Amino acid sequence: MDFTFLQSPTIIQISGWIMAILTLLIFSFLYKDNPFYKFAEHLFVGVSAGYGVVIVYNNVIVPNLVTPVMNGRAYYLIFGVLGVMMLFKLSRKLHWISRWPLAYVVGAFAGIQIIAYGQSDLITQIRATIQPLWVAGDPVATLSNWLIVFGVLAGILYFFFSKKQTGALGVVTKIGIWFLMISFGASFGYTVMGRISLAIGRFQDLLEFPVISTIVLLIIIAVLVVHTIMTREPVAEE
Amino acid sequence: MNLLDKFLILDRRWVFLLMALAIIIPLLLNITLPFTPDKAVEAIYNELETLEPGTRVLVSCDYDPGSKPELQPFAVALFYYLFTHELSPVITCLWPGAPPLVESALLEVTAMLALDGRAAPLNHIDYVNLGYKQGAQFVMLSMGSDMRGTFPLDYTGTPIDEIPVMDGIENLNSFDLFVEISAGSAGTKEWVQTVQGRYDLRLAAACTAVMAPDCIPYLQANQLFGLAGGMKGSADFEKLVYDGTDYIGQATIGMNAQSFGHLVIIIFIILGNIAFFATREKR
Amino acid sequence: MKKEIPLLITFLLGTWMILEFFFHNIPHVDQITEILTNGGMVIAAFTYILGVMNILQVNANRIKHHQDRPYKWTLLVGFVLMILLGFTWGIDVDSPFQWMYNTFYVPLQATMFSLLAFYIASAAFRAFRARSVEATLLLVAAVLVMLGRVPIGEEWIWSRLPDISNWIMDYPNMAGKRAILIGAALGAISTGLRVIIGMERSYLGGE
Repeated sequence: MDFTFLQSPTIIQISGWIMAILTLLIFSFLYKDNPFYKFAEHLFVGVSAGYGVVIVYNNVIVPNLVTPVMNGRAYYLIFGVLGVMMLFKLSRKLHWISRWPLAYVVGAFAGIQIIAYGQSDLITQIRATIQPLWVAGDPVATLSNWLIVFGVLAGILYFFFSKKQTGALGVVTKIGIWFLMISFGASFGYTVMGRISLAIGRFQDLLEFPVISTIVLLIIIAVLVVHTIMTREPVAEE
Repeated sequence: MNLLDKFLILDRRWVFLLMALAIIIPLLLNITLPFTPDKAVEAIYNELETLEPGTRVLVSCDYDPGSKPELQPFAVALFYYLFTHELSPVITCLWPGAPPLVESALLEVTAMLALDGRAAPLNHIDYVNLGYKQGAQFVMLSMGSDMRGTFPLDYTGTPIDEIPVMDGIENLNSFDLFVEISAGSAGTKEWVQTVQGRYDLRLAAACTAVMAPDCIPYLQANQLFGLAGGMKGSADFEKLVYDGTDYIGQATIGMNAQSFGHLVIIIFIILGNIAFFATREKR
Repeated sequence: MKKEIPLLITFLLGTWMILEFFFHNIPHVDQITEILTNGGMVIAAFTYILGVMNILQVNANRIKHHQDRPYKWTLLVGFVLMILLGFTWGIDVDSPFQWMYNTFYVPLQATMFSLLAFYIASAAFRAFRARSVEATLLLVAAVLVMLGRVPIGEEWIWSRLPDISNWIMDYPNMAGKRAILIGAALGAISTGLRVIIGMERSYLGGE
């Protein structure tokens, strides 16, 4: 079937309306939890679940299970059977059947993780920490390397000594905490940045349809005001 | 109750409103402030500049609409760069929400190329979207040993042997360069841990701002050769890629709203602290 | 048997995945790993379907018990619509499935996530207090990074702010993050070993 009409200006305009309405319905949660938000939230869960099933079927089940079996690799059926066994997790009586595929995934992941963490986050990271503590003619590099070596060691000491951290150890682990605090601060700063970016993206999309967005916004505000007045509980006398 | 006390218990909806205004007004006013691209983003651009025409670049798009404003501009700029330099992206996705976003990005780039008077890139010849795979580290390891077995069909079901751009591609080591665009797990961390060291890959990442600080140790250890963090990272990359063209990317436009958003939060933090310490005695 | 076989499967798969790293140059080792990882992908795909079935089951129950009926019906209609469109007309870039994705999925999910921008602003205002040296360090680092990463910091406040922000990221932040990374790696490795040898079996559930 030909769906080029979905790119027509009328349909694009309709999409704009729907996009603006859904966006503002979700934003209405900022005022307070309300039926509009709940409607949009449930719609999202339904649409995304349906979307996921179609994608998983088309992009995993067909190419990685059906295709190999059709090409003569019948042993792939074992994985299909294990996959179906996974669905028994929903059964009250037979949920133990799902332990087999679960054991497969958990066991394989555990093995993969041991190598992955060991190679990348342990060995490579430790190797990268072993820096020269004196860089001739470059005091900035010298200081920076001290920060890396000392900061990492102090942080690790703070994590690993469960005994009371007093004396020299206490001083070092205190500095370790400072390094961790700076890194939490940096993470917080970046998190703020990321969250604001997401809001910017929404407003950029709304501003592509300024008239529609304004009309929808006004309607939602009006309805929310009416809804608030109608559902307001009588104020108890003090 | 004095003004400071009242300020401390300010209804959060006023904070929300100010935040919204701090974002909307700069977007409406179209204020543009210059900025300098980050060195870690320049590293990605410089590496792309060394590639010979015809090189195939692996691009893993591991994000969904939840982080579209941060990462989609990077994807668009990257595809634009690749197509204008006769480089071919081979695109994979570890997030189920990603493949249609990739399609949208490709459509956007095709429109940009048409404005430039360039030919539209051809699916399966100039690029391929191999679609989504579930199973994160399983997929990564599988791609490391046999890319064709991992992706027997592309996103819309074309067999891999009928896709010319995949000719000669056997596994992850068949690519000279790997750019990963990621919004969380599975993403940058898992790619670095599971396959970067194992197959000695030239890997760069564009990730959300939330992830970026956690990726710095990988950058310092050369496990990543470049890193674009959040919308600012995308804006930096856009600035480098669109230099000399008329395009201003979505992330670059967003940067000014980003500035004012940060300013509002910082002012709130400072005022909150002043009010807190000024009224502490009473409490 | 209900537990022994799963424990054996975990042990065999886990051990294989460790050993294959060291022996993948031996003929056929790589091919076996390839089959096992492909199998993992297929099973993982069914876990996705399991998740969706769970959502449907919970919501069908709610409908049966007359709880939030209109919302639950909305959820089911959205679900069925996507399934029908996807399986009937495919997932091409010009399909109705892609249109539904662009028009419904994208704004809904993107807006859901963007709500956090407002809540983080409010949380920063209420909870971010310089009560101690540690909290002050956190606050100062956050403010410097926030200013250094946006044009306004570079253009209006001080042109060296990005350098300061980058320095914080590349040295003290890097050191702190690396300490966490190394600590977490040791934790992950020991947990992995406990799983493989059967000491950690909470994933098998009760009974």
